[in-house]
Amino acid sequence: MSPLNRISLGLGLAFLYAPIAVLVVFSFNASSLVTVWGGFSTRWYGVLVNDGPLIAAALVSLKVAALAALVATVLGTLAALALDRSGRFTGRGAFTGLVYAPMVMPEVITGLSLLLLFVGLGLDRGLVTLIIAHATLGLGFVAVVVGARLKGLDRSLEEAAADLGAGPLRVFATVTLPLIAPSLAAAFLLAFTLSLDDLVIASFVSGPGATTLPMRLYSQVRLGVNPEINAASTLLVGGVTLVVLTASFLTGRPSAGAQGT
Amino acid sequence: MAPFLTLERLTKTFGTHDAVADVSLDMPSGEILCLLGPSGCGKSTLLRLIAGFEAPTGGSIHLDGTDLTGLAPHRRPVNMMFQSYALFPHLSVARNIGYGLKGLGRAAASARVDELLRLVRLEGFGNRAPETLSGGQRQRVALARALAREPKMLLLDEPLGALDRGLREQTQGELRAIQRRLGTAFIIVTHDPSEAMALADRIGVMDKGRLVQIGRPETLYERPVNRFVAGLLGDVNLIPGTVRDADGALVRVETALGPVLALGEGAPAAGAPALVALRPERLSTSSADGDRNALDGHVEASTYLGDRIRLQIRMVDGSTIRATLPAGAGLASGAPVRLSFAPDAATVMAA
Repeated sequence: MSPLNRISLGLGLAFLYAPIAVLVVFSFNASSLVTVWGGFSTRWYGVLVNDGPLIAAALVSLKVAALAALVATVLGTLAALALDRSGRFTGRGAFTGLVYAPMVMPEVITGLSLLLLFVGLGLDRGLVTLIIAHATLGLGFVAVVVGARLKGLDRSLEEAAADLGAGPLRVFATVTLPLIAPSLAAAFLLAFTLSLDDLVIASFVSGPGATTLPMRLYSQVRLGVNPEINAASTLLVGGVTLVVLTASFLTGRPSAGAQGT
Repeated sequence: MAPFLTLERLTKTFGTHDAVADVSLDMPSGEILCLLGPSGCGKSTLLRLIAGFEAPTGGSIHLDGTDLTGLAPHRRPVNMMFQSYALFPHLSVARNIGYGLKGLGRAAASARVDELLRLVRLEGFGNRAPETLSGGQRQRVALARALAREPKMLLLDEPLGALDRGLREQTQGELRAIQRRLGTAFIIVTHDPSEAMALADRIGVMDKGRLVQIGRPETLYERPVNRFVAGLLGDVNLIPGTVRDADGALVRVETALGPVLALGEGAPAAGAPALVALRPERLSTSSADGDRNALDGHVEASTYLGDRIRLQIRMVDGSTIRATLPAGAGLASGAPVRLSFAPDAATVMAA
């Protein structure tokens, strides 16, 4: 790597990660002033643990993320299977576009339209609407991740299973599912983090008693930033990083089943 | 004997392209039939039709008195060995082989797997993962798995295609030995003429979706029905001419090299253009006596191959003929030469 490349790479990384680094560093600040360094301390993590409303919000977030990711994974996988297996059916292109479109839709639009739908249906806003909304958000991503894996799957493996007497259900359960399992796990984790991170859609569709962690953090920041927010954010960043790394490990892992000949 | 497998006017169309066009054939049980042809000739599609992975556009498939035509792959009493082997990467060798044995009890299935591991000489490999095996070992696992359910017929798609040349010849022998021992009918798809010659009881040559000729290897080699079959199975001289008359099984053809008498079962009528197909090794330099045909020319090039000599002869009309002669025929370049061949060494076909 030339010195010039080294410098531009360094600047690029600094641009991306300096704000997060500052956040992490100041979460260990002993002082209660956010911008003044008062020595190293973990006191704000202690405060965090005893902050009841914040912990409750975190639990809501985890619950919503887990359930929304589960729903998104099931529906997204079915969509991916339909797109991969049905050959050229009428409206296939339109269906593909419709599955992928929500990924690039502005979240404000998604949030607003879901809100209108829920109001129209007379659904009370709360945990359920939040889970439905986040499942919608994650579905497209799941379809992309699982679809890529299905495309790389050697179809003769499924044919071999059918040839050996397995009906369609047994073929799926004993051959297809085990071979795409890593991508299902990765897709689940991706949908999980998308739900965990979301503030915009949640603001539209959530109701009383269903405050997520990002919503809670945002409302506290409006009253002024304190080091406790930094500590909570640091934990969130750490958790999301861990999940994303796991997901990329699962999808990137070479597998004999994915290669065709 | 009633045929075991009967294909009747089988057709498969993809869009406007006929992958398999109007193929009919009968096959007795216990036979090795090789489907031979260039890639894209429809031989693999024909195999997939019999296995049930493709639904025919027209025609029918009967095996051992049962109509298979509309049956799903998992309900057909045939098994297939895939070109890529298609071993399940997440299952051990033993569980790959035992995948189709769900109907048996656990003990019976395990005994059957052991028996098959012995058959393909892979005892002790049962717990290995397929990816830890060599290409030849994987090929044998695929064979064992395909034989596990004792299919009425085994379909093999380029079974030796992924192996090295040396291993391929050895495996040909093993495959034939296993087939003879079990007596299962084999249909083997291959693009390699020498492999088809070595393995087959009968060869079916396919071209552009059609079954062009089917018969014993020596029949196809000595009596090809057209220039495609003649050229596919080995080097051949094709001498153009016009049919003059028939003399029993023999046909007289007027060519630029003089009149030629040759076997002509499928020869066109008198006056029609025809080709005389003549294998280089059926020519000799011995004097033309009796009704042997004689062709005159000059040696243009000669290649010494140890056990034989390959000659290129410039004929009187300027065309060239290739001849393969026993070593020691000692012909110098430029020397005049008279080649001769018996009438039953050549075949007349439509041009």
